[in-house]
Amino acid sequence: MAVASPQCVFRARGLTKVYTLGEVQVHALRGIDLELYAGELVVLLGPSGSGKSTLLNILGGLDTPSGGEVYYLERNLSAADEDELTRFRRDHVGFVFQFYNLIPSLTARENVAAVTEIARAPMQPEQALRLVGLGERLDHFPAQLSGGEQQRVAIARAIAKNPAVLLCDEPTGALDSHTGVIVLEALEKVNRELGTLTVLITHNAGIAAMADRVIRLSDGRIVDQQRNADKCAARELSW
Amino acid sequence: MRALNRKLWRDLWLMRGQVLAIAAVIAGGVATLVMSLSTYDSLVETRDRFYREYRFADVFTRLKRAPDSLGARLAQIPGVAHLETRVNAVVKLEVAGFYDPITGVLSSLPDSGEPLLNTLHLKRGQWPAPYSTDQVVASDTFADAHGLEPGDRIHAIVNGRRKALTLSGVALSPEYVYQIAPGAMFPDFKRYGVLWMGRHALSIAYGMDGAFNSVTLTLAPGANAQGVIDRLDDLLAPYGGVGAYARRDQFSNRFLAEELKQLRTTATVFPAIFLGVAAFLLNVVVTRLIATQREQIAILKAFGYRPLAIGAHYLGLVLAVTLTGVAGGVALGAWFGHGLANVYMEFYRFPTLDYVLRIEVVAIALAVTVLAAVAGTLLAVGRAMRLAPAAGMRAETPVVYRATVLERLGLQGWFAQPSRMILRHIERRPVKSALTVLGIACAGGLMMVGNYQRGAIDFMVDVQFRQAAREDLKLAFIEPTAGRALFELAQLPGVRHVEGYRDVAANLRFGHRHYRAALYGIEPEGVLHRSLDRALKPVRLPEAGVVLTDHLADNILGVKPGDRLTVELLEGERRVLQVPVAGVTRQFLGVSAYLRRDALNALLREGDVVSGAYLAHERADAPALYARLHERPRVLGMVAHASAIASFYDTLGEFVLFFNMVATLLAATIAFGVVYNSARIALSERGRELASLRVLGFTRGEIAYILLGELGLLTLLAIPLGFLIGTGLCGILVIVFESDLYRLPLVLEPSNYALAAGVVVVSALVSGALIWRRLGRLDLIAVLKTRE
Repeated sequence: MAVASPQCVFRARGLTKVYTLGEVQVHALRGIDLELYAGELVVLLGPSGSGKSTLLNILGGLDTPSGGEVYYLERNLSAADEDELTRFRRDHVGFVFQFYNLIPSLTARENVAAVTEIARAPMQPEQALRLVGLGERLDHFPAQLSGGEQQRVAIARAIAKNPAVLLCDEPTGALDSHTGVIVLEALEKVNRELGTLTVLITHNAGIAAMADRVIRLSDGRIVDQQRNADKCAARELSW
Repeated sequence: MRALNRKLWRDLWLMRGQVLAIAAVIAGGVATLVMSLSTYDSLVETRDRFYREYRFADVFTRLKRAPDSLGARLAQIPGVAHLETRVNAVVKLEVAGFYDPITGVLSSLPDSGEPLLNTLHLKRGQWPAPYSTDQVVASDTFADAHGLEPGDRIHAIVNGRRKALTLSGVALSPEYVYQIAPGAMFPDFKRYGVLWMGRHALSIAYGMDGAFNSVTLTLAPGANAQGVIDRLDDLLAPYGGVGAYARRDQFSNRFLAEELKQLRTTATVFPAIFLGVAAFLLNVVVTRLIATQREQIAILKAFGYRPLAIGAHYLGLVLAVTLTGVAGGVALGAWFGHGLANVYMEFYRFPTLDYVLRIEVVAIALAVTVLAAVAGTLLAVGRAMRLAPAAGMRAETPVVYRATVLERLGLQGWFAQPSRMILRHIERRPVKSALTVLGIACAGGLMMVGNYQRGAIDFMVDVQFRQAAREDLKLAFIEPTAGRALFELAQLPGVRHVEGYRDVAANLRFGHRHYRAALYGIEPEGVLHRSLDRALKPVRLPEAGVVLTDHLADNILGVKPGDRLTVELLEGERRVLQVPVAGVTRQFLGVSAYLRRDALNALLREGDVVSGAYLAHERADAPALYARLHERPRVLGMVAHASAIASFYDTLGEFVLFFNMVATLLAATIAFGVVYNSARIALSERGRELASLRVLGFTRGEIAYILLGELGLLTLLAIPLGFLIGTGLCGILVIVFESDLYRLPLVLEPSNYALAAGVVVVSALVSGALIWRRLGRLDLIAVLKTRE
């Protein structure tokens, strides 16, 4: 359905990442080459420990690679300092995490506002929440929302600043299948209506069917890439 | 940042118990600071205004007798602005219905108009009518103690003659803000009174017509006080002058100055402890808060919040707690200050005490507190600012525990698993555990400081009146008298024992140091009045040489036994002598020099002469004895110790009660603040662990043991440390408060320790009970479902 736009948003060459955890060295990425294009919905698929989250964190400016280069448009993220990365995240990136990571002391509306207040051209928090189907639950605290609802608040928070990229780390990992589908529908809608490049990490192969492109990782390397000729709608998924 | 601000307020609300506990500790520190500084300001301002408006003199002196004509010459001394001569008479007073001896001072007023210097503030009534022969103004302490009003009559024995006096008014004088009889240890408003009457009437009655025996003067701007004093002494020496002194050595003013010094010390020592503890608590709480909010910080950073915004957010939280504490503290401090100022007004008499709380005091409190709070939390806030967003998103690596020292020593068999958990937890964070112990210990120490004065005063009174000055009655003759007068005294009803003494004012010099003290000649083997050595054993006075009280020898003159002291006698031929220092004695009240009476008589080149006598008498015969002594014209001042001590304790009681209340409140606040916060933090850190244990079948009591056992252990460790800190603090205060007026001994009684431990234990139990309730509400399922 959606055709990959020719504009390349991310370009990575030879990305590596080595962590030192206590006394062990972990090679999370072992040389990644990758291009991501505007408007795409990309699923990164792989078992835990395959390096998906590390790759996502580097793309989103949360982390820096140990080696190789990564570009956002013309900007070299691998050479950026903390200040530049903060500005990059503030202006261009929306995140969604597995455990929602909402601020428990703020309501749904306020959680979104926390981001729109520092964004350059945000939408209204209410508008973002309506987009994910939570127009009725604006003033609820996270503890008063179900897991699926909390994740949709997190999506609203991520898209409310009109980011160029939406990065989702296991957004349905903590949800049951039914609720997970509702969340994926919200992501699909954002991708379709706002044309936001959406990268979605999962170890759940069932979700791959909704992607324009599926990239498989294993042991810090890309082992397979394929374009979905006939991608299906989120509501048709189940696992 | 509006959403972030809202988060701040809600976080504060969620932590309200801890916030209040910390704010209370801050409030305690700010309250002591504000109380001390504002009372200090109020007293200084009130004193300065009183001195200024009532023309308090700069230099004072007394002499035997000089003709009025000399007054004009004295006024010509360069540097003198105003000079006034007076007649002062020490008299016995009689108030109808009161049978104890009363010593009074009658001080002359101009026959018409107000005095030039040291004028009076009339509280009630009016000045004596011009040239009135019997009207007097009485000091308010004396009038109030006896319920005297203008129009009432009292009697005075002036020069052996009974004279009826009528009160025209009741007044305050800048000269007698602190009113205490010469030679007395404590103020006794019933048994010592100052009265003012017209010069002419007093001169006639006292045999001072055309003469004066007291001089006060003010200095011209820029005048050299010492120069004026030296010149005055030269001119008055032939007339029996005993040496002039400046305002700073004036008795009432000295006491006031010492009190003010103590307030300043209170303003630094106590707030420092409180703010130190508050900084520690803030550090612990904010560190924990930031640890629990790692993911929130990470997400805010992921969405582009800058480190500075994160730092500002948490500092804002710290400041909100701090400001709550400061606001409460200022209010509490003003309230305490009012209370303290009123208590002071019992001892120090001013026309009005205007309580002032200067904005600068509030600013100082605010600045000091904010500084302490920020310093305490900067590290934790810095960590939040530096937290890498990706790292914040990952679960924290499990904390590393290891076997404790006890287990490495192979003693684990002695401890059950829960006890081992307690020990490991304490040992894993030794600094935090140590600071917790220190914080609780500070509470105990503070409690001891708030209570030690009572024990010290009891001890001082015991040493002074049951071991050193054991006489029931001390009396002074109107002038030095032949020693045979003692035999007559011994014949009076109920008298068991009589010892004579000879005292003379003298300048003691050693090198460039000098001090004006009374030289006391006492019986070498007296049983009533003795001097005590440093171990508080009676000292047998040596044949030759003087024995000095420790403060005089060590701190004022810097002499040791064997040194030769220059003694300038200020009476008779005013001889200057070299006298060896024979020993050092211990004394807590005043400073003096002792020698054998016969030795002093020899130095003065007189025979067997006494200035007064110490008497021991049967208690039942006191009224008859007092009446007989009252009739004797040569007997002047009398101080009955038992009644003086009793009245002192009456007045002191209020003072002590006030301090005990404040100290208990503050110490309990600290102890509660530290224990409660530690418990809450431990609960937050280990809630998951404890809930897991509950799921595994542990009872609420068993998990409470793991959590509260640690705090119980730390509290127990803190108690002896608190005793140490308390002893140290009391020791510091004893040194700081040392003066030649009095030195408090460092005496701590079992009750001091018990009270300190009691406050700590009760505070710990209260916070334990609050945590116990929370343990009951531990949500087992929720805790296990959420990620750490």
